Amino acid sequence: MEFQPPPFFNRGPAPLVRLMFFISLAMLLMVLDVRFHYLEALRTGLAIVVYPLQRAAMAPVDAFSGIAGYFSSQSSLQRENDALRAKVLQSSKDVLTLDTLAAENAQLRKLLEAREHAPRKATFAEILYAGRDPFSRKIVIDKGTGADIKAGEAVMDDTGVIGQVTRVFPMMAEVTLISDKEQATPVQVVRNGLRAIAYGDGATLDLRFMAANADIQNGDTLVTSGIDGTYPAGLPVARVARVERDAAYAFAKIQCVPIAGTEKHRQVLVLAQDTNLQPPPAAEAQPPTRTAKGSRRGSRVRN
Amino acid sequence: MSYNFEARAQRILLPVNPLFVITTMMTALVFNLLPWRDIAGIPDILALVLGFWCINQPRKIGVGTAWLFGLIMDTGNGALLGQHAFAYAVLAFAANTLSRRILWFPIWPQALHVFLLLLGCQGLMLIIRLAAGSPFPGVLYFSGSIISAVMWPLVNFVLLSPQRRPESVDENRPI
Repeated sequence: MEFQPPPFFNRGPAPLVRLMFFISLAMLLMVLDVRFHYLEALRTGLAIVVYPLQRAAMAPVDAFSGIAGYFSSQSSLQRENDALRAKVLQSSKDVLTLDTLAAENAQLRKLLEAREHAPRKATFAEILYAGRDPFSRKIVIDKGTGADIKAGEAVMDDTGVIGQVTRVFPMMAEVTLISDKEQATPVQVVRNGLRAIAYGDGATLDLRFMAANADIQNGDTLVTSGIDGTYPAGLPVARVARVERDAAYAFAKIQCVPIAGTEKHRQVLVLAQDTNLQPPPAAEAQPPTRTAKGSRRGSRVRN
Repeated sequence: MSYNFEARAQRILLPVNPLFVITTMMTALVFNLLPWRDIAGIPDILALVLGFWCINQPRKIGVGTAWLFGLIMDTGNGALLGQHAFAYAVLAFAANTLSRRILWFPIWPQALHVFLLLLGCQGLMLIIRLAAGSPFPGVLYFSGSIISAVMWPLVNFVLLSPQRRPESVDENRPI
């Protein structure tokens, strides 16, 4: 005779069974996410669900900054105004020379029949929130596929590059900062044009695999090299803070500090990718094996 | 050794309102989604509230709910998908299993239990992220658990308040 507990004591599968089920589901998700990147669709779906919650979370912060702005005193505005006026005066000199330089540059390019640099489309976006994940450096901005933002686009503030769009959702996009551990930025030293790759290192950047005698000094400014077409050339990225050369190692240890306020501002610009860029040459074309085989066979038949 | 059980006598609580449970967990989730990154060691309030309900209502809140909220946390933070889900599921299981034991203790020993549970949850997440190739975020990362544990009496008071009854409605009521 089979014994069954009465239905009012029935509480579904045992807790341990339930735990094992959900743990294996979570592990499956993690493996799929890390190894195969299959889960972008699921992430996008969940992001739409989370979006109103995030806006709700930001509402008090926005309200507070709004109120603080309303009550900002006249003297601080006056001070800011003076500082801005001084800055305008200073930069107007550069702007005046810039026009002549641009004209000269255009003429030289025409002489060389070089491809004109297409002006990139820039989208203004605001930082929605900074991810709470202490293991990575990511921010979320309030423009997504709705504003025609694509993964891979560069993000900058008024002083330099802050990162790259890594995931795009309908109403927001995730930006990986240049200081993230998995983020690499192609850079160039302004002083001598030396190219390098800057890898994120938490709060700072690292130039890896630079020879121990590489010509890099403290205080050197690194700008984007623009070689990959993702970043426009010449945007400030970082300043070299410390160079360690040890004869025991083949590579120098070079630490840099980001120039842009990667953790500071709320307004950023998203720069569209260079559409004029030629795709990289495809891998070597396959030799026409089939016809060769065919002819060989043909010859055998003839023999 | 004799123990003063009279001092620890507890009032019988009203049944919990499931809507209140979900509302508090959503509030904790919104708290977690605030822009906290600049400040190290911010407590994971969602884990604390989740642990509270797993201990106090082990029949209502369990591994499944924890897993779902963990998945939402993963998306909201741009973390590894499944990281919070995994850790919260284990936390919920441990809290459910230990619920009878923990509720038997006075409030501060309860907080100590909760501290260990939350520390285990954070440790799991750390192991997962280190295995996935992330850098170590610093020792301050663990301070969130300490702050959470210190907040346990407060959380206990707030979340149980709708279930308490007025002290003396009826003089003849035995408890």
